[in-house]
Amino acid sequence: MTSLAALLVRDMRIAVRVGGGALIGVLFFLIVVTLTPFAIGPDLALLKRIGPAILWLAGLLATLLALDRLFAGDHEDGSLDLILTGRAPLELVVAVKGFAHWLTTGLPLVICAPLIGLLLNLDLPAEGALTLTLLAGTPALTFIGLIGAAIAVMLRRGGLLLAVIVLPLTVPVLIFGVAAANAAISGPVPFGTPFTILCALTLASLVVGPFAAAAALRQEIE
Amino acid sequence: MRLSAVDLACRRGGRDVFSGLNFALASGEALTVTGRNGAGKSSLLRLITGLVRPAGGRLALEGGDPELTIAEQAHYLGHQDALKISLSVVENLRFWADYLGAKSIDIAGPLEEVGLAPLVGLPAAYLSAGQRRRLSIARLIAVPRPIWLLDEPANSLDATAARRLTDLMRTHLSGGGLILTASHGPIGLDSARELRLGDSQ
Repeated sequence: MTSLAALLVRDMRIAVRVGGGALIGVLFFLIVVTLTPFAIGPDLALLKRIGPAILWLAGLLATLLALDRLFAGDHEDGSLDLILTGRAPLELVVAVKGFAHWLTTGLPLVICAPLIGLLLNLDLPAEGALTLTLLAGTPALTFIGLIGAAIAVMLRRGGLLLAVIVLPLTVPVLIFGVAAANAAISGPVPFGTPFTILCALTLASLVVGPFAAAAALRQEIE
Repeated sequence: MRLSAVDLACRRGGRDVFSGLNFALASGEALTVTGRNGAGKSSLLRLITGLVRPAGGRLALEGGDPELTIAEQAHYLGHQDALKISLSVVENLRFWADYLGAKSIDIAGPLEEVGLAPLVGLPAAYLSAGQRRRLSIARLIAVPRPIWLLDEPANSLDATAARRLTDLMRTHLSGGGLILTASHGPIGLDSARELRLGDSQ
C-alpha cells in the first residue's frame, strides 16, 4: 500500500472505532434537526421554509465537531512528527486527512439528509435538491476547516478557537448552499445559478485548504 | 555513508540552545548525545529530522540516496510512541510500515523480535508503557533505514527489553547503519562515542 492510501485507511479506521468522530457528527446532526420542530412548533409552512437552513446549519456544526482532533490527536501522541518526516508531500497528506474526515463525517450527513428532511416537511424534489447541495458543499466545509484545525493544533482546547476561525470563512458556502436549496424549492432564481457558485467554492477550497493547512502545520511544529 | 554537522546552531523560543556544534558519524558508528536537562539533546535529534530548522551551520549526508532528504533516510524514535490507542498492535505497525515505505510486508517478524507476537490483535490502549515502547521500536526493524535517531530509547523498558534493544542496535551498526542516541544513562554499546552538549555554558 502507498503512504497516502495507508493514511486514508488508518484515519477512517480511527474515526469509526470507539472514541472516533464519525458517529458523533451524525448523531449531533440528527439531534439538532429533530429538536427544531419541537422548538418551533407545528407550523408546517414555516418548517418547510426554514428547513434547508436548519439542515445546513446543523451540517456545518456537525462537521466542526470532529475537526479539532484531526491534527491535534496526531500531535499529542507524536504521530504528527513522523507524518511530517515522511516522503509524501505534506499538502497531499493534509488533503488525504481531509478526505478521510469528509468520508466519515460529511458523507454520512449527506446520506441522512433525505431521511430527516421528512421531519421538516420537505417534499421529494426539495429533499433531492437539498441532498445535492449538501453533497457539493460539505467537502468545502471540511477543507476550509482543515486550515483552522492546523492553526489550532498546538492548543489543548483548540475546538473553540477552531470554530471562531472557521465559521466566518464558511459563510459563502452557507449562503450559496441554502440559496441553491431554496431556489429548487420555491424559486424564483433557477437552481443552477447558486449551485454552480457552490461547486466553485468547493473546488477553490479543495485547492486552497491543503496548501494553507500544510503551511500552518510547518510553522506550528517548529 | 557519513553524517556530518558543521558549526550547527539551534535556537528555540528565542533562546540559544546550542551553537558551534561539530560532529561526524560514519557507517557502523554510534554517537551518544549527553548533557544536562535542556542542553538540547532532543532539539539536536529533531533538527536532524528536519522538524526544527537550524539557526546556523549545516548538516550533510555523504553516500546516502541523493533523491531523499536526511529525514527520509532516518528513523526518529521520540519521547512519544506515535501509536493510536484504538488500533491494534498489528494495525499500528502495519500503518507505519506502509506509510514509511517498507518494501517487504513482513510485520510478524519485527513483532516477534520485540516480543509482542502474542499481543498482535490487542488494541494499543491496553499496552503497558514498556510494551508501547517496544511496538515503537518494531517500526525501526520493519522499515530499513540507515540512520536511527533515538531519544531516550530505553525509557520504560525492563532489563531484558533494554538488552534486546542493545542487540538490535548492534545488528544495525554491523549492517552499516548509523545511530544517534540522546540518553542520560549508558546504552550498553561499548563502541559508542560521546557528544557532550552544554559544557560551554
